[in-house]
Amino acid sequence: MLTVLLILIPLVAGLVTFGLKGSGPKTLGLIASVASLAVTVGALFQYRTAPESVQFSACWIPQLGARFSVGLDGMGMMLCLLTAISFLLIFVVIYGRNYERSNSFYGLMLLSQAGLTGVFTAYDAMLFYVFWELALIPVYFLCSLWGGEKRIPVTFKFFVYTFTGSLLMLVGIIYIYLQSPDKSFSYASFTAGNIDAHAQSWLFWLFFAAFAIKMPVFPFHTWQPDTYEQSPTPVTMVLSGIMVKMGLFGVMRWLLPVLPKGADMWSDAAIVLSIIGIVYASCIAIVQSDFKRLIAYSSIAHIGLMSAAIFANNEQSLQGVLIQLFNHGINIIGLWIIVEIIQDRLKVKNLNDLGGIAQYAPRMAIFLVIISLANIGLPLTNGFVGEFLMFSGLFQFNPWFMAVAGLGIILAAVYTLNMVQKVIFGQSNQLTETTTDLKGNELLVLTVIVVLIIALGVYPKPMLDLVSSTTELVNKVY
Amino acid sequence: MNALIFTALSGVVMMFAGLFVRNKQHIKFIAIAALLITFGANLAELSTIAAGSRTVYGMITISNFSILFNAVAFGATLLYFMLSGSAFEKVGEHVSDYFALIFFILSGITLAVSFSSLLMLFLAIEIMSIPQYILAGSDKKNPKSNEASLKYFLMGSFSTGILLMGITLIYGATGTFNISDLGLGEGEVSPLALCGIILLAFALSFKVSAAPFHFWTPDVYDGSPSVFTSFMATVVKAGGFIAFIRIFHVAFAGGALSAHWQLLLSIITAVTLIIGNFTAVFQQSVKRMLAYSSIAQAGFMLLSVIALNDMATKGIILYAAAYSVATIGVFAVLIKLKDYTFDGFNGLARTQPLLAVTTTIFLFSLAGIPLTAGFFAKYFVLTAAVQQGNLLWLVIVAVLCAAISVYYYFRVIIAMFFKQGEPKTSEITGGFKFMLVVTAAIVIILGVFPGLLLQLI
Repeated sequence: MLTVLLILIPLVAGLVTFGLKGSGPKTLGLIASVASLAVTVGALFQYRTAPESVQFSACWIPQLGARFSVGLDGMGMMLCLLTAISFLLIFVVIYGRNYERSNSFYGLMLLSQAGLTGVFTAYDAMLFYVFWELALIPVYFLCSLWGGEKRIPVTFKFFVYTFTGSLLMLVGIIYIYLQSPDKSFSYASFTAGNIDAHAQSWLFWLFFAAFAIKMPVFPFHTWQPDTYEQSPTPVTMVLSGIMVKMGLFGVMRWLLPVLPKGADMWSDAAIVLSIIGIVYASCIAIVQSDFKRLIAYSSIAHIGLMSAAIFANNEQSLQGVLIQLFNHGINIIGLWIIVEIIQDRLKVKNLNDLGGIAQYAPRMAIFLVIISLANIGLPLTNGFVGEFLMFSGLFQFNPWFMAVAGLGIILAAVYTLNMVQKVIFGQSNQLTETTTDLKGNELLVLTVIVVLIIALGVYPKPMLDLVSSTTELVNKVY
Repeated sequence: MNALIFTALSGVVMMFAGLFVRNKQHIKFIAIAALLITFGANLAELSTIAAGSRTVYGMITISNFSILFNAVAFGATLLYFMLSGSAFEKVGEHVSDYFALIFFILSGITLAVSFSSLLMLFLAIEIMSIPQYILAGSDKKNPKSNEASLKYFLMGSFSTGILLMGITLIYGATGTFNISDLGLGEGEVSPLALCGIILLAFALSFKVSAAPFHFWTPDVYDGSPSVFTSFMATVVKAGGFIAFIRIFHVAFAGGALSAHWQLLLSIITAVTLIIGNFTAVFQQSVKRMLAYSSIAQAGFMLLSVIALNDMATKGIILYAAAYSVATIGVFAVLIKLKDYTFDGFNGLARTQPLLAVTTTIFLFSLAGIPLTAGFFAKYFVLTAAVQQGNLLWLVIVAVLCAAISVYYYFRVIIAMFFKQGEPKTSEITGGFKFMLVVTAAIVIILGVFPGLLLQLI
């Protein structure tokens, strides 16, 4: 039941928020996200003691064999935790801002949280598909209503891209559904292995298209930098911190176990695409002068590495990906928060207009340095653990792949340190002299993020334990 | 049988009502009452045919399926009367005649879902078409409306001729009109019958505006008074599809024969999907866009004609319901606007938030986004096509076209929510808003629990 509650809280709160006025939406958003986090932590404890008790299944469309089945495993638990933490952090950071039509803004944010939680908990392919689409729609409206000046064409491109991918996946789901002996969408019958190798080889691409567009993997990434740049920053946090994880999650939950032979057949092709993405996006990130676009491209590079590691598909690489799902989310949200703060204070996002902020906002500078180092994957930060495991897994799969992907680390250091240098060091100018340091709520959020970064970097064991059940599950199929 | 009798009677009642009742509001209420009685009488018959079906004089067969489809058609018409019934007055003087014509179209539809003889098919198609020619031209002083009527009439009679020729050839090959005795699916394929089937496929493709027989559609839908376009593009089209699916699934299925016409219809479907969707993208008027979207949606419904299985028949009912309700809703809002271009919708979300939100729900349903009825409708026809096997190429074409359809449906949403403007609307009453909310609720309820409708089949 707790799992259902996880979806219901943001859903109901979101719908109620549309009717509120004044500071009501803000407050309710904060209350709902605290409640979500509390329930998530409750579910975590329940999952630890009795894993069966977090499963829930009810009749939905009996004529089709679709059920409302939700549940949590290690991976789902962790992503729900990430979702709950991220939304709380986002709501705290933007508490001081006043958005126009804030009831719609907070309402849509909460609805997207409900959709995302649904994706991470669905154990029925039809339900998964419904949530998958549902998570997209509020985000589409958020970006189009509160985004930058080019928002309309950009977010529309984003929507059409992802919708096309989803429809291809729908064809795949229908095909597998018809092959299942008991005509059901349940996870068990999807993973029962009723599909012959030939069908798996083309079904793979239908699913891969949907997930690759969402991640995004080269060459499906063209929607992403524009959308990140044009979206309001809180939405960019949701997009880059959580929504891209839907793609990676989809591969691990619905692609590898359902189509093991297909994944085996095409793993080289998928990894090559991912690695091209790493190198390509890193190179572009180096020459970016726009703060938001730089982080967008760095995100493509990081996701590319995770995608390559998933398809390498051995225990180490999968473990690396799983904890990196969480860590990347925390790190990138941290980076966006700093972007949001700088943009709020100075109204610029071109790196060449910035500089010397360290003198005027020393605390912010420290946080930016720590988060950036975690983004590069320096030892003792959370980024290191995941990247190390992923590279080691990729090495076992094919050393050449690992060698080329490894370029990503070097390039990441180039663009990230370059960014840090341009933003906080160097000559200050008239604009940056006006920078004020962090306010209370911003300080709180960034402290939480940095504590998580260091704690999980030094002692990642709890996280590894949590996800170990999932790695075993994915591997067992082979 | 009840449905046929009551729709025909209601039509006659409405014609006489025009003589005695002067108040146009009252005429609308009489029509709604007549439709409600017809709706009830139709459902009452459900208990009498508990076991399978009942054939009346070898001409029509009443079954659960036909009663359910009648209920969907009557329900959609009821929504249509309640949402747009008041707009009839703006078209011309003879409000009661328009209602009468619509009742006659409905009796044509009841024949289309229950014919068991080829002659009845011909009658059904004609009864559905002739009132439409009049409705298309009902705005007598508008040259566009006259053009629409004449064009529709000429093209329609032409295709009826082809339909008759097809029936004749099939009769020549088999010696019977009864669709369950034709026996075309057994043994070798008779060339004479095959020619007949192809002619029939062409004639019916014309009626449901499948490409390349769709050229009349945009002009007729654009020229006719919007309030009638709304009905012609939804309920009537669904009726045409039911005739299509019944004749092909009952009479022409089986053996080597299916493969012949399935190939032909697959090509027609692919062409319809591609032409409908790509042309809709380039429209500047929302009304014309909806005309092309109706062609595109026809492509999806054709998938269920090709797929010979249970999913297809369930799918067509769900699709007919989902598509009709959503399109009637969009048209109801469109009629209230002064400017039919996309720019005419600019800023609607600020001036009329309720209209904008409900229109968005209808457009989501048309685009096939989950949790609206349109999603499960698309799901069923796609599943039917996948289940058929060897149609996967067509399914991929269909989903890619569905992705394109997002482009033109979302243009309306973008105009309403993200653009600035002061759209001019005619007066919007509380009752109209209430009905819009009811319609949107139906779209969502069917989208969350499609089982409610499916369990009846």
